[in-house]
Amino acid sequence: MNITEYITLLFTDYTLRTITLGTAILGAICGMLGSFAVLRKQSLLGDAISHAALPGIAIAFLITGTKDNTLLLIGALVSGLIGAFWIRGITRNTHLKSDTALGLILSLFFGFGMLLLTYIQKQPNANQAGLEDYLFGQAATLLLNDVWLMAIVTAICLVILLLFWKELKMLLFDEEYTKTLGFNTRFLDILITTFIVVAIVMGLQTVGVVLMSAMLLAPAAAARQWTNSLGVMVILAAIFGAVSGTIGTAISASHNHLSTGPVIVLIAAVFVLVSFIFSPSRGLLFREIRFRKNRTDLELHKTLSFMFSIANAHEDIAHPHAIKILNNFQGYTKRTLQQLELKNYVTIQGNMWSLTPLGYKTAANLYNQLITTNE
Amino acid sequence: MNSAQIEIQLIASLVAIACAIPGTFLVLRKMALITDAISHSILPGIVIGFFITQDLSSPLLIIFAAISGVLTVVLVEFIQKTGLVKEDTAIGLVFPALFSIGVILIGQNANDIHLDIDVVLLGELAFAPFDRLLWGTTDLGPKSLWIIGSILIITLTLLLTFYKELKLSTFDIGLSAALGFSPAVMHYGLMTVASITTVGAFDAVGAILVIALMITPSASAYLLTKDLKKMLVLSIIFGVASAIIGYWIAHGLDTSISGSMTSVLGVIFFIIYLFAPEKGYFSVRYRRKQQRLEVSLLTFLVHLQNHEDDETERHVQHLNEHINWQQVRSKSVLELALKNNMIVIHNDSITLTKKGKSFTKKAIDYIVTDKDAKIEAMKDRFFLFRG
Repeated sequence: MNITEYITLLFTDYTLRTITLGTAILGAICGMLGSFAVLRKQSLLGDAISHAALPGIAIAFLITGTKDNTLLLIGALVSGLIGAFWIRGITRNTHLKSDTALGLILSLFFGFGMLLLTYIQKQPNANQAGLEDYLFGQAATLLLNDVWLMAIVTAICLVILLLFWKELKMLLFDEEYTKTLGFNTRFLDILITTFIVVAIVMGLQTVGVVLMSAMLLAPAAAARQWTNSLGVMVILAAIFGAVSGTIGTAISASHNHLSTGPVIVLIAAVFVLVSFIFSPSRGLLFREIRFRKNRTDLELHKTLSFMFSIANAHEDIAHPHAIKILNNFQGYTKRTLQQLELKNYVTIQGNMWSLTPLGYKTAANLYNQLITTNE
Repeated sequence: MNSAQIEIQLIASLVAIACAIPGTFLVLRKMALITDAISHSILPGIVIGFFITQDLSSPLLIIFAAISGVLTVVLVEFIQKTGLVKEDTAIGLVFPALFSIGVILIGQNANDIHLDIDVVLLGELAFAPFDRLLWGTTDLGPKSLWIIGSILIITLTLLLTFYKELKLSTFDIGLSAALGFSPAVMHYGLMTVASITTVGAFDAVGAILVIALMITPSASAYLLTKDLKKMLVLSIIFGVASAIIGYWIAHGLDTSISGSMTSVLGVIFFIIYLFAPEKGYFSVRYRRKQQRLEVSLLTFLVHLQNHEDDETERHVQHLNEHINWQQVRSKSVLELALKNNMIVIHNDSITLTKKGKSFTKKAIDYIVTDKDAKIEAMKDRFFLFRG
């Protein structure tokens, strides 16, 4: 299947269109809210909450006995919220650190959820099949109604985010200051945590419990590399999330035996990798290039100032000297000498070099600056 | 109880002990979540190991899994060192990616692989006794018992040999480096032990229970004691208790053993979280309330001291509005002061007693000279009744 065929299929096939829309919206909302989680150093909160949602799904099923998606998601929401606020309680009231609290909630809730799931599997109820889909997600089960629900929730999140934009931004970067200005930081904290829980619960059906945290983190971590502005970061993260959702769905739809969730996560991981390496201001590649450039610059200046000190000892500045007297210790390499010649600081004749007037002037400048800064 | 049941409980208990030891150090080093990462990201290692050996019970699988576990740690640390993201984000990025690779690899070869992701997450302790180690024709017992037993022996030997060094590098990394113990060696040693334990254990009990068994017993023990040795012993006890109780609950309800062991651990932690004598929820709440009252009392006494000559300032009614406390709070502060003989009330005006005066004087002394810590000891001397 080539790309044009796929695109026509995208517009004609109901299931594919629904799934693509669903994953794209999911990616966008996760990216948006994930930015806040990443900046608040709560990256793994998502992981804990998504695991904590599992017993909620199981209990909702046990109580209602139906597999109505909305009911199960409400169950997930409730138990996710309980998990999230218990984590806060543990870090607040005891000396256990947040990593321990997260690990506790994650494993205990999930284990309890699995207990309930295995219990349900033994029940004589034909309806139970498919509950395990929540573990790894089953994007194919998305219906148009689910997509609508996602879209509405995303819209609500967006509106509230915009309403509290100033406050949330301030909370992210300076919590104490926000408090002293009289804002209710506790309310804002609860607001943002609740939204993160909502986003996670929305994604459970598609990506599943285990991989949900990556959906939240990866787009935000990638977006962070390109900008220092919160607004731009949130928008970029939403775009990255939506694109990885779309591409992930496309890849998994066009191959057999490829579950959507893991593919989306891997695409998002590719975004992160590319951002880590190629981002112009923070990326590893440009950082290394800058680093090398600074080093050669420094060595070039070192050589130049050494030449200056030699030339200064002679009456004639342009008096030629042997290249041999330059050594590594003075930052000399063949390349630095070439560059010096290129910049017209020295002229080279055979094995001899001599400073040009321009080189002398630059070096004198450099030398004087060195002396003044040393004092 | 038949022999299979005893064997299951034995395996579960050994797993619990083997997890509790590295878990304690991980919790103390604030690296609890690395177990989460390791337990997920060993999946690709297992799958690749399976492709090579075509045998699910090959010991090579454990080695491959342990390598991918250590690789996770290295990757996380590499990302963290670049300074592009924080440590927790680094963990959160690495393990889902590796786990996804594992899931996709399984999915791609679903037809010729007998590796179910459910089993990876949950383990199948119930079947462990059926996979037996045979020497010629002699039955040596279940294979997982041997695997986890040897891991436990290695862990114990390492723990006893390097106990001092581990303790030192856990609590004071600077000092241990200064004394010449390489923190990096300790760190990676611990990580390797954690990876191998995770791999060995998860064959029997699944990834999730491994996390629970590493973190929960030690976190519960940490709420009860500050002594490292006691903490190790307590977490082993909690782990083993959950293994045995969990097994019988699973037996009764006919559910997953790992699920019920985790739930028992959850109950244990919840009870300790609420009722631990010093660090528990209720005692912390109570202590905070008490401290708040005592601080109020001090403020109140200082106020009285300041207005020694001014009758109106010391009037009972006046205090309410002056220090701006609510009725109930000022009443309880007043009662506490009276009970401790710090004040006398005469004609509705309050006067400091001799005891009250010396208490206030000392307290102010300590506050001014910045020796706040001494106030706690002083309170013990003066207070007969606490808030």
